[in-house]
Amino acid sequence: MNLPGRSVFLESYGVTIQDIESYLSAALERGGDYADLFFELRINHSIGLEEQLIKTATKAVNLGVGIRVLSGEKTGYAYSENLDRESILKAARTAAFIASSSAGGSVGLSTPTDHGHNLYPITLMPAELEIREKIALLEQADAAARSYDARIRQVQASFVDETRHTLLASSEGRYVWDVQPMVRFSITCIAEENGNRQYGLQGGGGRRTLEIFREALDPRALAREAARQAVLLLGAQEAPAGPMEVVLGPGWPGILLHEAIGHGLEADFNRKRTSAFSGLVGQKVASELCTVVDDGTIPFRRGSLNVDDEGNPTNRTVLIENGVLKGYLQDRLSSKLMGVPATGNGRRQGYDHIPLPRMTNTFMMAGQSTREEVIRSVKRGLYATHFGGGQVDITSGKFVFTASEAYLIEDGKVTAPVKGASLIGDGPTVLKKVTMVANDLQLDQGIGICSKDGQMIPVGVGLPTIKIDQITVGGTRK
Amino acid sequence: MISALKEIARRVVDRAKEKGASAADAFLREDETFGVTVRRGEVEKLKEAVSQNLRLRVFLGNRTATSQTSDLSPSRVDQLVDETVEMAHLTSADESGGLPDEDAYPAEVPDLRLSDPTWSSLSPDQRIDLARRAEAAAFQADSRITNSEGASFEFERSETVLANTVGFVGGYEATAGSLVSVPIAESNGSMQQDYWFSVTRYRDKLDSPEDIGRHAAQRALRRLGAQKVKTCEVPIVFDPLVARTLVKHVFDAVSGDAIYRKRSFLVGQTGEQVASESVTIVDDARLIGGLGSSPFDDEGVATRLTPVVENGILRSYLHSAYTGRKLGARPTGNGSRTGGGNISVGPTNFYLKPGQESPDAIIASVKSGLYVVELIGFGVNTVNGDYSRGVTGLWIEDGKLAYAVQEVTIAGNLREMLRNIEMVGNDIAFIGSVAAPTLKIRSMTLSGE
Repeated sequence: MNLPGRSVFLESYGVTIQDIESYLSAALERGGDYADLFFELRINHSIGLEEQLIKTATKAVNLGVGIRVLSGEKTGYAYSENLDRESILKAARTAAFIASSSAGGSVGLSTPTDHGHNLYPITLMPAELEIREKIALLEQADAAARSYDARIRQVQASFVDETRHTLLASSEGRYVWDVQPMVRFSITCIAEENGNRQYGLQGGGGRRTLEIFREALDPRALAREAARQAVLLLGAQEAPAGPMEVVLGPGWPGILLHEAIGHGLEADFNRKRTSAFSGLVGQKVASELCTVVDDGTIPFRRGSLNVDDEGNPTNRTVLIENGVLKGYLQDRLSSKLMGVPATGNGRRQGYDHIPLPRMTNTFMMAGQSTREEVIRSVKRGLYATHFGGGQVDITSGKFVFTASEAYLIEDGKVTAPVKGASLIGDGPTVLKKVTMVANDLQLDQGIGICSKDGQMIPVGVGLPTIKIDQITVGGTRK
Repeated sequence: MISALKEIARRVVDRAKEKGASAADAFLREDETFGVTVRRGEVEKLKEAVSQNLRLRVFLGNRTATSQTSDLSPSRVDQLVDETVEMAHLTSADESGGLPDEDAYPAEVPDLRLSDPTWSSLSPDQRIDLARRAEAAAFQADSRITNSEGASFEFERSETVLANTVGFVGGYEATAGSLVSVPIAESNGSMQQDYWFSVTRYRDKLDSPEDIGRHAAQRALRRLGAQKVKTCEVPIVFDPLVARTLVKHVFDAVSGDAIYRKRSFLVGQTGEQVASESVTIVDDARLIGGLGSSPFDDEGVATRLTPVVENGILRSYLHSAYTGRKLGARPTGNGSRTGGGNISVGPTNFYLKPGQESPDAIIASVKSGLYVVELIGFGVNTVNGDYSRGVTGLWIEDGKLAYAVQEVTIAGNLREMLRNIEMVGNDIAFIGSVAAPTLKIRSMTLSGE
């Protein structure tokens, strides 16, 4: 294990093991089945550039402890931003309110649990990074975007880093901590010509430090990519309307999986039978070409974690194997109630939120075709290579995701660029229409943010080039 | 305690000055929150907390830096103030930067009746009971309501304080309670979820749990049997919940931030006809008890009523002190403190004024079209107005709601959509800081089968 000797909460905030044990005992005073404490310190910095000026520099500190008590299907939750004994005890007793027997008990913690992962072994935490270097990266990106094309009129770029310390202690004796780094660069370019205005957006990052922007992810390259997209859209035609063949490019278009099936396979919705996927384990929900996994163990990825926010090690979970639904994404509550193992998908935005089953990095395994073969096979369709956001209605299974870079395919050839359009489909059936999967799996560059119940968390997606035989494209041209 | 928060805010801006800041403002909020969800008659989640947050902005001339913290221990706050001043040395000089001008602050802080002390007499058990009744009413409404994502009661009491180095100190208290019911209807093996809610600053204005539950059930039931329809061009009617999203896009396009960045389809169009004559939109921070009301904005500027669109003509953009200076206008009291402590432009009570038509008359005016009850996805580009979103709705046949429609999209451009608003309903509901009545748009492309 490669963690510092002691958690920051013990080192710098005066919390002791004995304190934690007494808080857990207080949380179980009314006889809950289980209690846990989640200490969190999140420090982030952001720097923003626009109009060629460094306009914003921000530091944010979020410190607090969340206390959860479970009793059957009930969850009691309270939190405190003050780490003194009296405040935490008061929060523990508030969380205990939902339980109603008198059977208390004392809690003893084990020695720290080794979570067996070291997925982001960096020595310098992002919070310590040199602000001047970040500013230099932003200025280089701005210059690269502006020199790409004279029609680029506005450039907005930002650099955000975060160091997140977590410590989870439970009434079952679990005691585990983690230190999670994150960096993210993003850039928006506005292109303008004869009153026509278009924008392009790019970004990237991961659980890394600044070195990623000196190597794999050059901000200047991302800037040129955003500029290229904005300029391309100046000449784009109206998107078509109606059902058609659609080819999704590799990488970020994996947002399809996130919306179409990922959310619907989160265990809470399935335990309550409110998901369109409820009761479908063992059934065919996709073509045999489709194998989809959620993998929180890929080193340095934005969606990866050594341990989830309930102290469970993350996993590689097969969701769909050769078209057959294999299982759900579990947190502790749902896994206990459903009688299956936890999958390490219990995540929360922060100490002030209840953990929920969430995705990590969700992607489809590569197939056999080549990208060229896939495109060549389409008579008339759409080739979408970049997307904005997406959303799903869990209960009906209907989802949308919005293309931000797309082209027509005519007689097997990629032709004119088209304007952004939403694609709409049905989660439990859309993957049955996947008729080709290429051998070019890519993961996204590290910009994904997923929202559920008002909680935002970082995630990753990935996809090889695939062909969907029919999906409705929401353009304006019939 | 507002006085205690004011004390912290004063101490923070004094420290910033000592450390070399030429100006600073500190924004503090304390929130007391309670939330309970009841599902299938049992408490599923209960959450309660008191939290505090400090957001600081410092200036060195017209360079700036900001910070935010939930850790209010004095020594750590001092350290953060010092670091923030240090950071400001590294940002660029920006001629439009700085605190609002001295004449922008309110002479006195008006009482907009944002707080109702009677909420506190609702015991936890009574709060749980409200949620329980709102869920039960949905189940009792119809046997096809077979499941539920529960019903929730939430309450928040907040205190907001701002102090700055030019001597402005102000604070106000606000309360809000809400009750929502989220039933699931089922028939022939397919499920539909919908919701209904009530949200208000005053306890006695909260709708009855039974009304909320019944209405939520009706909304879920009417979506059953949803089908696709053929791609077509038809009139589109937005229900008030959906019409709000259209009005929010207008807000995004008239915000001073979007205008100076040229990220808006309404750049350079004040004085021009940007919507049909039936459209009048205002931003009114001084509505008594309004969910978006406040006596001063998040940088201390006195709030007011700003006419934004009058009979379809664009009258004014909305500004913070910064965007006002950038664009040669007065701040409109729309400064909104972001999570990190910076100021952006935000809505107060931004709404499209109701017209004369009843929702029924609007539906009756459509021979063949779609009544939209939900939009999903992010296919709205406020830079150029391009619009494409997923829709759930009810098909209108000969002026009557006929059957549910799903897995289709509507697309167009916000410029045309605003000019094509043919009818404005009389049914506005103030259920957030952005509000709208039922709206009818002459025609949009519906993409389906």
